[in-house]
Amino acid sequence: MENFAMALRIMGMGMVGIFSVTIVLIAVMSLLTKVFPPEHEEV
Amino acid sequence: MDQFLSLYGNLSNLTWQMVVMWIIGGLLIWLGIRKKMEPTLLIPMGFGAILVNLPLSGAVTQTINGLIEEGPLDILFNAGISNELFLLLLFIGIGAMIDFTPLLANPSMMLYGAAAQFGIFFTLALATLFGFSLQDAASVGIIGAADGPTSIFVANYYHSRYLGAIIVAAYSYMALVPIIQPPVIRAITSKKERRIHMDYSPKNVSKMAKILFPICITIVAGLIAPRSVALVGFLMFGNLIRECGVLGSLSETAQNVMANLVTLVLGLTVASQMRAEDFLNRQTLFILVLGLAAFIFDTVGGVLFAKLMNLFTKKKVNPMIGACGISAFPMSARVITQMGIEEDPSNILIMQATGVNVSGQIASVIAGGLLLSLIAR
Repeated sequence: MENFAMALRIMGMGMVGIFSVTIVLIAVMSLLTKVFPPEHEEV
Repeated sequence: MDQFLSLYGNLSNLTWQMVVMWIIGGLLIWLGIRKKMEPTLLIPMGFGAILVNLPLSGAVTQTINGLIEEGPLDILFNAGISNELFLLLLFIGIGAMIDFTPLLANPSMMLYGAAAQFGIFFTLALATLFGFSLQDAASVGIIGAADGPTSIFVANYYHSRYLGAIIVAAYSYMALVPIIQPPVIRAITSKKERRIHMDYSPKNVSKMAKILFPICITIVAGLIAPRSVALVGFLMFGNLIRECGVLGSLSETAQNVMANLVTLVLGLTVASQMRAEDFLNRQTLFILVLGLAAFIFDTVGGVLFAKLMNLFTKKKVNPMIGACGISAFPMSARVITQMGIEEDPSNILIMQATGVNVSGQIASVIAGGLLLSLIAR
């Protein structure tokens, strides 16, 4: 039961962790596409 | 006569458990050949399962008359899997195979990839109720990554003695995505939701953005989840050689020759962990059940997250695309596209589904890295 309680905490931290990393990655990707938009001939 | 009979003396070392493993090996080969389920891995694994379960098999290390005789499969395991080398090489190949353009064109799709990792963490908690230690529970939960190399990487990091069962479950369920996902999605969505149309306006991405993408992702993931840097870094290195435009030959080699070579050796080597004494136990059965739960709850996590997003956004998304956040690429995207067409032939979700599916590749690797950070070896 002690392991289960710890696992629930890890589950919470893991999901928060993955969403926080994801949000940073989305920001990076958005920035990349904004700073380096496709050139005219690539469209 | 005695000398002749001694030729067959090894037969007395045969146990019924070994015979059961031959049947399991045969089943894996059959699934690979007849059902075309992940044949590149299941066929070598199936053959390997037979190879290592022959009495006094010379393919694995044996102690005979007090002398240790090293077997080639154990040598390969120590040289390539226990130090993660084969898996990282395979990651270069996988990175070179993936086109991240649909994700770069619509980065917010990555949120669904993150949500669909829920099955990993849920199964981790569930596995502790089955008596697994936290390390073994993490190794079981990572089956939900729907990504064979990541599963092997994490299970091996924790020196899980259930490595063989975990790999069999991971690859079998990946091949069963078209059977597992549709009923789960139908159970938690309405017909109306499954018919939601999503407009797709093609958006090009510059070459510079595609080149900088793998570099930036590696730096960000490395800074936030340093344990994931080997996994993410090798995956992204593969993608860099694909996108840079000047390493066509290396990219092709990584995608084909190298990935094939590593997969060939990987399947056989992994089978060294499928010895009857380690494989035939109650825990293996639990792992197969928990692995299925991981896939189901990944799907549930992704779909419910999409439904949640629909409560707050004006532009509704088809909740089915949340299910593509698992890493099984491109199978999951294909399944969802097919389901969309079945519900409404004019509803083509392929691009959105592909975007979410490739994001699942990154998210599952990051989830693996987070597990390594959160649970000590």
